[in-house]
Amino acid sequence: MTSTVASLTPAAEARASRGLWRDAFSRMLRNKPALIGVFLIIVFVLAALLAPVLGPDGPYQTYPGASLKPPSQAHLFGTDRLARDMFTRVLYGAQISLVVGVVSVVMGLSIGVLMGALAGAFGGWVDAVMMRTVDVLLSIPGILLAIGIVAWLGRGYPQIMLAVAVTNVPIFARLLRGSLLALRESEFVIAARSIGASPGRLLVRHMMPNALTPLIVAATLALATAIIDVAGLGFLGLGPPDPRTPEWGTMLTDARSFLQRAPWLLIFPGLAISLTAIGFNMVGDGLRESLDPRMKR
Amino acid sequence: MLKYILRRMVAAIPVLFGLSIVLFAFVHLLPGDPTRAILGQHATPEAVARIRESLGLDKPMWQQYVIYMGQLLRGDLGASIVTGAPVREDFAARFPGTIELTIAALIFAAGLGIPLGRFAARHPQQWQDGFVTVISLLGISIPIFVLGLSLQWGFGANLHWLPTSGRIDPRLNISTVTGFMLIDTVIARSPQGFFDAAKHLVLPAIALGSIPLAIITRITRASVLDVSNEDYVRTARAKGLTERRVDDRHIMRNAWLPVVTVIGLQVGGLLAGAVITETIFAWTGVGKWVVDAIQDRDYFIVQGSILIFAIIFLVVNLLVDILYAYLNPRIRYS
Repeated sequence: MTSTVASLTPAAEARASRGLWRDAFSRMLRNKPALIGVFLIIVFVLAALLAPVLGPDGPYQTYPGASLKPPSQAHLFGTDRLARDMFTRVLYGAQISLVVGVVSVVMGLSIGVLMGALAGAFGGWVDAVMMRTVDVLLSIPGILLAIGIVAWLGRGYPQIMLAVAVTNVPIFARLLRGSLLALRESEFVIAARSIGASPGRLLVRHMMPNALTPLIVAATLALATAIIDVAGLGFLGLGPPDPRTPEWGTMLTDARSFLQRAPWLLIFPGLAISLTAIGFNMVGDGLRESLDPRMKR
Repeated sequence: MLKYILRRMVAAIPVLFGLSIVLFAFVHLLPGDPTRAILGQHATPEAVARIRESLGLDKPMWQQYVIYMGQLLRGDLGASIVTGAPVREDFAARFPGTIELTIAALIFAAGLGIPLGRFAARHPQQWQDGFVTVISLLGISIPIFVLGLSLQWGFGANLHWLPTSGRIDPRLNISTVTGFMLIDTVIARSPQGFFDAAKHLVLPAIALGSIPLAIITRITRASVLDVSNEDYVRTARAKGLTERRVDDRHIMRNAWLPVVTVIGLQVGGLLAGAVITETIFAWTGVGKWVVDAIQDRDYFIVQGSILIFAIIFLVVNLLVDILYAYLNPRIRYS
């Protein structure tokens, strides 16, 4: 009997010590779609980082006599109406999408987590106020809310980031609140409470670490949406204040007028936005499956 | 059931109340003065004061809010600052266009998404499943404006198969009765007009329906797979029922629930998507009108139409919940 227990324990310990993250990581390595997603994101980040190297002339450089030229060796993605190199502009566009997308998701995540944590940890009227606020935000169609914020606060990067962040807040707030409410009743939290852990310690040490995984998945998927929303604002004419900025959505506004004459103005920025979103969606789905093996079918 | 509906309607009141405060605050507290939008940047102080008085902007904030709420409760959404036309009438004139587009998009999304999801679920982890997964991934990841422009480029500019802007050929001279083009052409007894209007609907409906298509496909697949593993499905098969009967009577009946919920939840997203779709396809609807109003700082249009959008969203959510309770007798709301 004793020997059985003794022989079981190290194995169980070994399995436990591998931990959620290492398990998830090894599952992720076996998930082909997720790896493709990682690859797409790496390409996107490299494009952003290497833009000054691969497009040394910069996104504003014009090439006299080369207006609306199709893709060629000199201009891989062709040129736009103002004879600027589309390849360089798409590369620099990655910088904008990366920074604006990440910052707005981080902002939305911070506000959403704060609201969700307050609601889930305290319950009662705090919960009621937070969740009604979330209901109000959710009742306004996302892009309209974003358009409204940018239109009223004026065009600029901080405004765009805030606008996209606000549309994300309700998602994170609801998600975290839901997890926390479920965790509040779980045995290990009751145990911690019964030995006198303070509410703050309960929340930070015991509940939050267990509520993290759905948030990580949601944040990854939100990056795809954020990049699309930023481009959507640009497309509607609410992008960065300088109209020359190589923002992907703004570039598509130009493409509209030359659909037949210069389809490359649509194809390359369109592919850039779509592939980046596909990348983040694939990684998000992969993370969901890896972090919660029950999801996998 | 009636009690449940009533309770849900009462619960929507604080949300609407909160929304009215948010919208009011948007218009009155943030930078940008409506009088400047009307008179331009170089207006004389006297003219500004006169307009402020006529719009009631000189009164204390709480009084303005009370007046605004009073108007709202009487169904008065104010008038456009630019044209002076009542917001309610302008909204009503454009709304059928948006509804027509939204319904077409939803029919496309559900009509294709449900069979695709069932198809994938019948062949889990096989190439058919992979194919459907890729379609839904593309649907979620390709933005409406990229898809919309690509459709315009492919089917309009290159192939000339389908019209790429507007709701109908204006030369057909169809008079507006209901605002729904497909119905108006029937009233005008114009088969040619009906087909023209239907052709105008195709590309915008596909562009707008792509995201719901992806979501409905995923949910249908997951839901059918879930139900397929139930014991009663195995029993039905063991009884020797045909595969078709098992599918229709035993699997789908139970798999419908999440699908119906998700279809209902798409309405908010569709209204938001309509804003961009209408802009791309020069579609006369509420979405394009609101975007223009936001850029013109035509506050009352924005305030009023967002409020109506929100009410529609809340009503649709309520309807979905009622339908859910109706479809699933196991749910007894306490």
